[in-house]
Amino acid sequence: MKKLIIAALCLAMIAMTALASADAIKIGGSGPLTGPAADYGISVKNGAEIAVEEINAKAGETVIELNFQDDEHDPEKAINAFNDVLDWGAQMIAGTVTTSPCIAVGAQAFEDRVFMLTPSASSVDVIADKDNVYQVCFTDPAQGAASADYISGHKLATKVAVIYNNADAYSTGIYQTFEGAAAEKGLELVYIGTFTDDTTDFSVQVTGAKEAGAELVFLPIYYTPASMILQQAKNMDYAPIFFGVDGLDGILSIEGFDTSLAEGVMLLTPFSADATDDLTVNFVKTYTEKFGTVPSQFAADAYDTVYALYNASVKAGITAETKAEEACDKLIAAFQELEMTGLTGTMTWDSTGAVTKTPTAVIIKDGAYVGADVQ
Amino acid sequence: MSKKTIDKLLTFGMVIAAFIVCQVMIANGAMSRSLRGQLIPICVYIVMAVSLNLTVGISGELSLGHAGFMSVGAFSGVVMAMWLKNGLGVSNTLICLSAALVTGGLFAGIAGVLIGIPVLRLRGDYLAIVTLAFGEIIRNVMNCIYISIEGSSLHFGFVNPKLPGKLLVNGPAGATGVAKMSTFVMGFVLVMITLLVVLNLIDSRSGRAIMAIRDSRIAAESVGLNVTKYKMMAFVTSAVLAGMAGALYGLNFSTITASKFKFDTSILVLVFVVLGGIGNIRGSIIAATLLTVLPELLRAFSDYRMLVYAIVLILVMLATNNPTLRTFFSGLKPGKKSSAAKEGKQ
Repeated sequence: MKKLIIAALCLAMIAMTALASADAIKIGGSGPLTGPAADYGISVKNGAEIAVEEINAKAGETVIELNFQDDEHDPEKAINAFNDVLDWGAQMIAGTVTTSPCIAVGAQAFEDRVFMLTPSASSVDVIADKDNVYQVCFTDPAQGAASADYISGHKLATKVAVIYNNADAYSTGIYQTFEGAAAEKGLELVYIGTFTDDTTDFSVQVTGAKEAGAELVFLPIYYTPASMILQQAKNMDYAPIFFGVDGLDGILSIEGFDTSLAEGVMLLTPFSADATDDLTVNFVKTYTEKFGTVPSQFAADAYDTVYALYNASVKAGITAETKAEEACDKLIAAFQELEMTGLTGTMTWDSTGAVTKTPTAVIIKDGAYVGADVQ
Repeated sequence: MSKKTIDKLLTFGMVIAAFIVCQVMIANGAMSRSLRGQLIPICVYIVMAVSLNLTVGISGELSLGHAGFMSVGAFSGVVMAMWLKNGLGVSNTLICLSAALVTGGLFAGIAGVLIGIPVLRLRGDYLAIVTLAFGEIIRNVMNCIYISIEGSSLHFGFVNPKLPGKLLVNGPAGATGVAKMSTFVMGFVLVMITLLVVLNLIDSRSGRAIMAIRDSRIAAESVGLNVTKYKMMAFVTSAVLAGMAGALYGLNFSTITASKFKFDTSILVLVFVVLGGIGNIRGSIIAATLLTVLPELLRAFSDYRMLVYAIVLILVMLATNNPTLRTFFSGLKPGKKSSAAKEGKQ
């Protein structure tokens, strides 16, 4: 009997799966909603949902719909999620969130002719050789070069240590361009520390940076290891400037993380939650009310992604009846001419799929992200 | 026909029937995209589970590093296929894919021999831990390998990405820009090859020797069986098949990274083997198929998906060990009723 009830429950749940409504543009997406990279996926999902609600509220009816699936930061699962949303009827993809799943899904989308706009997958491999995959975020090389530019341009330091994850594509990608750009800008790399995914003890790397006398430690890594590095640097009374890129965004929302440790950490990101323009203020307000945390750059990127897709769709005359293949060609054409001011700046796209916008740096102050030039 | 032959034919028949059903459904357009996309991974996981079952079930050695062999096969297979395609200009996908599978199997086999020599001297828990360690070593080494193609020549670098030509394997970023060559038909062929090899090995003189060693090493040694030889035979065969599965997997996605083949994947395959029944080849096939499809079927549960998946695993484990159910399922098989009933009462 018990088993019957369980079976009946399962069937009921499957039957309840949201059915796509008849006259809305359908956007599919995927990102890690579970697992170690979940914060990025959840931020993107939340940001995108806010954009969808806003657009629908303005229109007074459901004009777009979003189906965002979990891909566990795994290419295999991302392909499954991609197929799943296409079965649902998605006409375009807002995703995927992380790099290697995005490369896999991008290749499949290229084959199937489905337009893809990724909020945050930043490797150049994501858009390489594909005419229908576009990015809202900067590419990794751009981040590495921009970081070196910013550090030397603002004379933050000359002796720089780098600690990066040499088992991670994103981290290694940024490091490789940073290394090249740093040499050109006259930054002295005094210490290079590496670690892998499973590392929890960073004392070797932090001690290395400290003994080499680095004034600034560049962390082109994700926020989980970064939080441990900050903790261990504090334990050693080592307080250089910590400088990161967009992977560090989200560090303040780690549960149980002492935000005072991140005081003074700088990161390069196109979005800061304390900006005073109406768009940002409203977005931050809605996001905080709805989800209880301050939005990260990922949420902002996702918000812009949905708006960009919607604006381009309207421009290209895409309706609920348009087939994905047809929508793909129309969107490619529309994106060449699209100019949009979103949360992450004013964006334009070229035919490679790369975005053009201005990077800004934020600094963490009193447990919040503050524009670095504001202080 | 002996009972064993019927049993074997049943296994082959099941796989062939499933293949035909799938092909008919694809031709009719009756299969959802989601399921169609999973066909090749299912074939890969079946081969992984069956080959691991050879080590764990038949040879009785708990190996926790099976994903390591898959990774060796995946990277060597991908490099071979892309080198043939881009370096030497072979345009026939079937040739590239077949060459990739053979290369993947060969390299994984070599890794199997190298690892088998020290590892198979150990027993029980020690062996499990060392295989686990080797799986991790393989993954970390793969993270440091850079391979590029320049014209028709391959360049290798270790911890050094500055190579001439176009990088194919870029250390931790893995292989990117891989052409998708794997086909469901090739997956089916690989499953059939695996079954032929494994089932015939089990049924051969060597297979009986392997099982004798599993049951009692001392007794087997006392009748003059070469323990190392037979253990190696099972271990290396298993590694070769895992390598071929890896090559098929690698060529199914446009990117593979070493981090995919970590400990989790080894455990996942071990779960297939345990749930399907240790030593039960047909069970491995069914478990690998169902457990690969299951997470996708559970997408309706959204946030609770992985939780439900875990609960289902526990329920399946309880159900398959339930004496009443076991008797029921064994009763379906002709001629086995009496023995199964006895087993059920225990």
